[in-house]
Amino acid sequence: MKKERKWARPVLYAILIIYALVTLYPFLWAVSASFKTFREITGGGASIIPKQPTLANYINIFTGTAKFTRWFMNSVIIAVLGTLLNVILNSMGGYALAQIEFKGSKLFFGMLMATLTIPGQVLLIPNYLIIKAIGLMNSFSALIVPSAINVTYIFLMRQYFMSFSKQVEEAARIDGVSKAGCFFRIALPLSRSILATQATFIFLGFWNDFTKAMLYLKDINKFTLPVGIQATQSQTSGVTLWNETLTYSVISMVPILIMYIVLNKYFMQGLRMEGEK
Amino acid sequence: MKKKMNRNKLYDHIQGYTFISPAIVLLAVFVYISIVVAIYMSFNEVNLFRWTFDFVGFNNYKRIFTEDRIFKAFSNTTKFVAVVAPMQTVLALILAAVLNSKIRAQKAFRIVYFLPTLTSSTALTMIFMFIFSISGPYNTIGKALGFVQEATNWLNEPKFALKIIMCMNIWSTVPYYMTIYLSALQDVPASLYEAAEVDGANAVLRFLNITVPHMKPITSFVFITGIIGTFQMFDQAYIFSNGSGGPQNSTLTVALMVYQYAFSLLNDMGLASAVAIVLSIVIIIASALANKLNKSEKLYS
Repeated sequence: MKKERKWARPVLYAILIIYALVTLYPFLWAVSASFKTFREITGGGASIIPKQPTLANYINIFTGTAKFTRWFMNSVIIAVLGTLLNVILNSMGGYALAQIEFKGSKLFFGMLMATLTIPGQVLLIPNYLIIKAIGLMNSFSALIVPSAINVTYIFLMRQYFMSFSKQVEEAARIDGVSKAGCFFRIALPLSRSILATQATFIFLGFWNDFTKAMLYLKDINKFTLPVGIQATQSQTSGVTLWNETLTYSVISMVPILIMYIVLNKYFMQGLRMEGEK
Repeated sequence: MKKKMNRNKLYDHIQGYTFISPAIVLLAVFVYISIVVAIYMSFNEVNLFRWTFDFVGFNNYKRIFTEDRIFKAFSNTTKFVAVVAPMQTVLALILAAVLNSKIRAQKAFRIVYFLPTLTSSTALTMIFMFIFSISGPYNTIGKALGFVQEATNWLNEPKFALKIIMCMNIWSTVPYYMTIYLSALQDVPASLYEAAEVDGANAVLRFLNITVPHMKPITSFVFITGIIGTFQMFDQAYIFSNGSGGPQNSTLTVALMVYQYAFSLLNDMGLASAVAIVLSIVIIIASALANKLNKSEKLYS
């Protein structure tokens, strides 16, 4: 047993460090490329550290014809509005299913849960036609409206509100506060932490979405970052402007990284809930 | 008093409906009506430009089993699922178990490992495409270490392209599942491991006899989520091939082909809908099978 101890620890650390390097390596390359000239990137050098570090790629973003700042703001608008709507509507739905007795609530619950078994692929085409029919094509609403609720989070909010003490609420009810009043004045303020968890994951989903943005946004001025980056990479036939593409990719990660560091607690909480579903 | 109760009840009903209606309306339109539309379209030849629907019976479904390109897409996707879904699950479990064994700087490792989960598939695919492009580090390092003879644009190699996407997908999903495992591992009583250690079971045996059986429900969740996700892989294949599924259809997944039939000049939404429905049925069957397999194994252990 003593023998095993001796080599077991270093082996474990070796596995962890190797995997950490495997994870970090592509990111390090991207960051380093964003400080390199186009010529150095395509020169095929293996050095992570740029030979002639330059800020030109970053400066270019704010000058010339680059639409980057536009795309960045579009992404912010969509992600923020979409997240706000989700947090409010998912909580309302969860609260109704957990705390309000009304006819058909069981049926509604079943209707909601059944949608979780449906693969999103089959909805792509009909959703596109509906978006087109109601005139939302090429608008931010096309991305926000269909995704304004999320069944997984309605379910998680329901579970959360079910464990809620009914005493406080009953006291408020005797004072004549309505269910809606209880929800906005008592339930929501008490669930700040789970709301933050919900918001972080939903924001991440909106921020990184590619498929819907690619399908619905046709005007280059309305692109979100992921679609814009892809367009930048593919527009120049034959030659990819790797310096631009990789710099865009690096900056697109910054807001999420900041969120991840600041809201780490909520990320971890969300993943715990995911496993317990 | 009774009257007041009734009025309260009525308010409850109204408030209940108000609170749940946004979700119900959106799901009704974008899920339930959409499914009906998808099924309807799969039995029609749809021309979007002229906006015509012609009923063709099972014709679209028959084409799925006769056209080579569709077969290729299903075979690519099956390969992709067969490699990626098990790899994700196993790697995630092993990494979580290693991280859980009283490691120093556990938090630092977790933060690093989680990075790919935070990154959009666009940014990830860009980075990987660059690495395997003609001037990318894969060539440079490969030549230095001898596993690459001649600098190649690997993105254009039909035998290589899907493998790059597989690696990228595994690499980017493992940390997410690992974190789910890691939080579940906190619930396994430490005394079990200690007792096994006293009995002389080494780390590998402890992993196989304690960790693996305890993680079974999580494994089932991770594996099925993986199957559902990988069968529908779209973003990475689209970005990688700029929507073409090339080189030589090697990155053509079913989801990408659905997109091509529906939204490109192929203008064949009926066939696209039929393919999407078949894919959904495959996914539902595959995840049901995986679930059953996991449950039956439980009986024996």
